[in-house]
Amino acid sequence: MSNVPVNNGRRRFLTAATAVVGGAGVVGVAVPFIGSWNPSARAKAAGAPVEVNVGKIEPGQLIRAEWRGKPVYVVRRTEATLNGLAKFDDQLRDPNSEKAQQPSYATNAYRSIKPEFLVALGVCTHLGCAPTHHKGDFDQFVDGMSDGFFCPCHGSKFDMAGRVFQGVPAPLNLMVPEHSFISEDTLLIGVGQGEA
Amino acid sequence: MLTNFMAWMDKRLPLTDAWNKHLAQYPAPKNFNFWYFFGSLAMLVLVNQILTGVWLTMSYEPSGDGAFASVEYIMRDVDYGWLLRYMHSTGASAFFIVVYLHMMRGLMYGSYQKPRELLWIFGMLIFLVLMAEAFMGYLLPWGNMSYWGAQVIISLFGAIPIVGDDLTQWIRGDYVISGATLNRFFALHVVAMPLVLVILVFLHILALHEVGSNNPEGVEVKKKKGSIKLEDQSKFKFHAQYTDKYDIVDAIPFHPYYSVKDIMGVAFFLFIFCWVMFFAPEGGGYFIEAPNFEPANGLKTPEHIVPVWYFGPFYTILRVVPDKLLGAAAMFGAIIMLFALPWFDRGTVKAMKYRCTLHTVNLIQFVISFLILGYLGTKAATPLNNMIGTVASFGYFGFFIALWFYSKNEKTKPVPERVSH
Repeated sequence: MSNVPVNNGRRRFLTAATAVVGGAGVVGVAVPFIGSWNPSARAKAAGAPVEVNVGKIEPGQLIRAEWRGKPVYVVRRTEATLNGLAKFDDQLRDPNSEKAQQPSYATNAYRSIKPEFLVALGVCTHLGCAPTHHKGDFDQFVDGMSDGFFCPCHGSKFDMAGRVFQGVPAPLNLMVPEHSFISEDTLLIGVGQGEA
Repeated sequence: MLTNFMAWMDKRLPLTDAWNKHLAQYPAPKNFNFWYFFGSLAMLVLVNQILTGVWLTMSYEPSGDGAFASVEYIMRDVDYGWLLRYMHSTGASAFFIVVYLHMMRGLMYGSYQKPRELLWIFGMLIFLVLMAEAFMGYLLPWGNMSYWGAQVIISLFGAIPIVGDDLTQWIRGDYVISGATLNRFFALHVVAMPLVLVILVFLHILALHEVGSNNPEGVEVKKKKGSIKLEDQSKFKFHAQYTDKYDIVDAIPFHPYYSVKDIMGVAFFLFIFCWVMFFAPEGGGYFIEAPNFEPANGLKTPEHIVPVWYFGPFYTILRVVPDKLLGAAAMFGAIIMLFALPWFDRGTVKAMKYRCTLHTVNLIQFVISFLILGYLGTKAATPLNNMIGTVASFGYFGFFIALWFYSKNEKTKPVPERVSH
């Protein structure tokens, strides 16, 4: 070792510069590791729109379609259900559908394109369970309401327009996905009205 | 011959020294009771999980299409496959029973207090990793409860404002739970998490041996060097690392005294473990839940979706809060409270028996609250259950808050200088 005087300022600069360059390297290396967790190209391609024939649904009946691996509920609501919707507005979190849980063409009292057909994701907005459709026996959850959705996981309640009740864990109305009718009886889930 | 071999080894690796430091000449307080079984039992279960887990991966197929069928294949066609799987699934529940009792021991005897805060934190990290490990492992059989359990827990991250939705999608690797999620959970469950777990256990023990074991009296057995007369010191030979710094009283070497005692505990534990494994491997629907005998179905949630029993307490806290973000925050908060326990407790007296009566009452109500929360977590969310759950949640958090207040100027009983028996 020689006795050259030590320049501490330079040493600190070199240490800091090495640390910064090394840190940038770590960040760079982390990119592929984190990025590989995103949905793959194959998963993205599987998200194609689905056609559903709604002509054979009985009034009051619910059918499940699958879109992007998620359940989509399609319900043909009866006249009585539609007329009863407004009665419980004061017990709902978002009765006027102000939160962006539906496309603009479904932002109406029925949350749908055609009043009788509700199209909503069967995915509870709390933690993603599939709410159960209760037909005729929903008054065990809400007095005076005969039909609705009840989530078996944490007890969230929704009316027949997928609107969430107050005092339950779910914060938002059920999501209405982009959808459109390509003919009188054929529903296309995944493509919005006027987009196709 | 053997002596020569050991001498050769010791010149190159401190084998004998490590054996003495951590086992044959490690000073353990002489008054350990049965609560001190659970640390070594946890190690035993960890070994069981790793061994059976490695063997299960030999026949398991980590893919959305093949997972469920491969578990059936293990159960029916692989020789002893059923036994290996039941050892693993029963082991998972046993792990939590043992760890909860181990933590209970720490609560009763103040084993988290200064100077053992870091030891406690390593233990809590083990608990946290263990929960992640168990959660990911539960997805692997790809039954319907696996699927929806994962759906609920991953959706918890969706409660985080702004980034929540992207984060859940990133964790799943798809728009829903899918084979992609299964594969990454498999990788984490069998490689990453066990590795972290083993490292944490190593650090936990290293930290324990640095500060020394606590005991039911909460009295230190390592006294200030030079403060104890030679005839009052422990007669056993301890490693110089301990005797150079301290005078040791009321201690015995871990090996052979506690290693032999622990064999007793192991025998007793294996009796119960084997009984469950052979006669009730599904644990009455608590260890393996009925909907999990159906393959995962992304369109149909099981009628009653409940977590495995060991997540029950935290799950109940989550669902009694009628708000998504606050519920998730309360659940994670419940675990953070445990991490911070050494700082909630401002007292200096460790053992329950020398602390104020209020402390004992508080501990008892905490245990009862915890048990009620755990029970409710496995039941449906009825309004009555939610009400009881709310009260029990207050009991859970109240334990820490009350502790913080009364431990400051606590009326404690006199603590003896030495372990009293």
